[in-house]
Amino acid sequence: MAVNADLTTIWALIIAFAVFMYVVMDGFDLGIGILFPAFAPGEERDQAMNAIAPVWDGNETWLVLGGGGLFAAFPLAYAIILPATYPLIIAMLLGLVFRGVAFEFRWRDPRHRAFWDWAFTSGSLVAAMTQGMILGALLQGIEVDGRNYGGGWLDWLSPYSLLTGLGVVAGYALLGACFLAMKVEGRAEDHAYRLAGKAAWATLALMVAVSLYTPLLDGQYWRRWFTMPNILFAANVPIVTGILFFALGRSLRKRRTYRPFLIALGIFLLGMIGLGISMWPFLVPDTVTIWDAAAPERSQVFMLVGVAIIMPIILAYTGWSYWVFRGKVGTEGYH
Amino acid sequence: MVVDPTALVLARAQFAFTVSFHFIFPAFSIGLASFLAVLEGRWLLTGRALYLDLYRYWLKIFAIVFAMGVVSGIVMSYQFGTNWAVFSDKAGGVIGPLMAYEVLTAFFLEAGFLGVMLFGMRKVGKGLHFAATLMVAIGTAISAFWILSVNSWMQTPTGFVMSPDGRFLPGPSWWDIIFNPSFPYRLVHTVIAAYLTTAFIVGAVGAWHLLKDTANEHARKMFSMAMWMAALVAPVQIFVGDVHGLNTLEHQPAKVMAMEGHYQSHPDGAPLYLFGIPNDREQRLDYPVAIPKASSLILTHDPNAPLDGLDTIAPEDRPPVWIVFWSFRIMVGIGFAMLALGLWSLVARARKRLYDWRALHRTAIVMGPSGLVAVIAGWVTTEVGRQPFTVYGLLRTADSASPLAAPAVAASLIAFVVVYTAVFGIGVWYIFKLMSHAPHPHETGIEQTERAPLRTAGITPGPTQNPTREQDGSPLPTVEDDR
Repeated sequence: MAVNADLTTIWALIIAFAVFMYVVMDGFDLGIGILFPAFAPGEERDQAMNAIAPVWDGNETWLVLGGGGLFAAFPLAYAIILPATYPLIIAMLLGLVFRGVAFEFRWRDPRHRAFWDWAFTSGSLVAAMTQGMILGALLQGIEVDGRNYGGGWLDWLSPYSLLTGLGVVAGYALLGACFLAMKVEGRAEDHAYRLAGKAAWATLALMVAVSLYTPLLDGQYWRRWFTMPNILFAANVPIVTGILFFALGRSLRKRRTYRPFLIALGIFLLGMIGLGISMWPFLVPDTVTIWDAAAPERSQVFMLVGVAIIMPIILAYTGWSYWVFRGKVGTEGYH
Repeated sequence: MVVDPTALVLARAQFAFTVSFHFIFPAFSIGLASFLAVLEGRWLLTGRALYLDLYRYWLKIFAIVFAMGVVSGIVMSYQFGTNWAVFSDKAGGVIGPLMAYEVLTAFFLEAGFLGVMLFGMRKVGKGLHFAATLMVAIGTAISAFWILSVNSWMQTPTGFVMSPDGRFLPGPSWWDIIFNPSFPYRLVHTVIAAYLTTAFIVGAVGAWHLLKDTANEHARKMFSMAMWMAALVAPVQIFVGDVHGLNTLEHQPAKVMAMEGHYQSHPDGAPLYLFGIPNDREQRLDYPVAIPKASSLILTHDPNAPLDGLDTIAPEDRPPVWIVFWSFRIMVGIGFAMLALGLWSLVARARKRLYDWRALHRTAIVMGPSGLVAVIAGWVTTEVGRQPFTVYGLLRTADSASPLAAPAVAASLIAFVVVYTAVFGIGVWYIFKLMSHAPHPHETGIEQTERAPLRTAGITPGPTQNPTREQDGSPLPTVEDDR
């Protein structure tokens, strides 16, 4: 598993970073959407919504960077994976439409609020589920014909992709509950801690299930995880993940403010590392490597200059925006 | 690889539908963001509460428009891969980086500062808040820069080299790719169109409230500002459009032939067809109404100059004339109607009738959505006029599509039509509801009343009818203290 620090590798890491940023940042937005029905209409729901209203748009932009970045840096992978998961992508986009407009629309007419709250939840649920299923569809393998997708339009549907879909739903719910625990007060806060505990158990169970299922899919995954010397490194991932889940349970019982969310981020990071162990250096398992799919070197260089200069600025003002809206959202709307 | 012809037509219909629907929102929000920046800037300069009221009034509308633009825009960033995978693979090395720059320099900027713009006035203070508004406005303009560069490259591709397997690779200079020949014209034409679109919507809202109350200071101000834009910018737009057309004649002559309805070549001066029914089968314009030699005069500044017709283009390379011919006439017709309204407003201003000339106000209301119609017609002209190619002259649309099954594309097309019509239809209705409230002193901000959870429990007045407004006696706008 040699890692050359060439441009293509750097770009793979940048795309992985964008995907990770999207998963955790929109992850807690979508998780809040998934958990929304558990909160009482009125004060609890309004607080939950206000906790993310100023930042959801920026969080969702990472999805455009992930998709647009894949298009720009690995056009062949983009051209194969998107047709292969076509119905999932369309469903995800439509889910995000409902979720996104609900932020504004629910305030426009009180008679419609119940409907938009429902749209917020179902849109979030569909987006989370389809994102998990896209991951599953990718991991279980995609049929490639020349430079095109070569399979049928329902190949993505399998017990495995349904399982990864549920795993992502549970994981996002965990992030959302931990985020709310930091941001809301009163009964909503109690509620968030309770939901975080349940979501943690669900996430743990589904992560274990996916981890056991994945090596059975294909010889490559088995070799990567369970043969020497890989196992010496790879085994650390589930061990550390287990420790983090234990720490998460403790911090939730002690009702720490920030710690549960930070630990949840750590769990997602380990999930990402596990994904890297399974996939590297393939973008489409066993067929398309990052080097096969890479954009021309001139494109990589041109974009790298932009990323190197602009990404720190983006992170700075994104951080500033979170700082402006720091602390509890309170019970009186925006302040 | 052979793409199912039905799937190809459906994929094109889907892209046309999602991109047309999407563009309605940025066409409005690009101009509206700048308008908001002007309003807030003038409030800070003059201290007049009127400007803050107008800012808050339009900010609520902006929030909805922007949200709809964002969610429909994310769809676009994936449509390239879902529907045009072969195009993505072949052209990704050239246009992918431009789109990545759009995300990095524009989308993050808009999204990062939008939260502060919408909800942060009381948290960051006036100066920083104005900076956030400016960042959002600048972000919309940067976004237009990159995406129009991408589109222009597809119209007039330059600066690339072909790989042996038929992919477009960037040449030595990105400048040649970004600033391809049609880009400067398209950029200026489109941004001005967005400003005019916003001006006519703002003008219509102002006119609506002037019809109900000619003394409404807020309605007067927005109507006056909008009519200045119409009077000053509409003529500029007609000039820019003409120059853009000459550029198209140079680089994409077949498109201009379709716009003009010139099936036949005219060796000694081509007529300008004002009306006609394009007949692609017979390759002639039925029932033409023409001004002799005027087309040559406009396009070459010489009434007797020869102009080639579509008979000089290979049949398989001709764009469909009917759509291009008519969409072009709709756009140009609206452009001149805008100019006429702008001139009328100058007459009204000179006669001091700007605020009580009811026929002017009624016309302005009718013209409210004209900018949106014109920009869509303009895009139809340029995009259908590029057919049958995605990358003009080099990559055919039929060779660009994803290998998709027709039922999958049909089902998703239906889903898009149903969801967009319902969701954005309701969104537009909410916008009309906000617009129907007369702008007034002490306009409420987004963060102040509408979202206070206390109101969800009890009596819930409409969004702009703030029950605390009457008790709020302060004549000057105050930025509420932090709790």
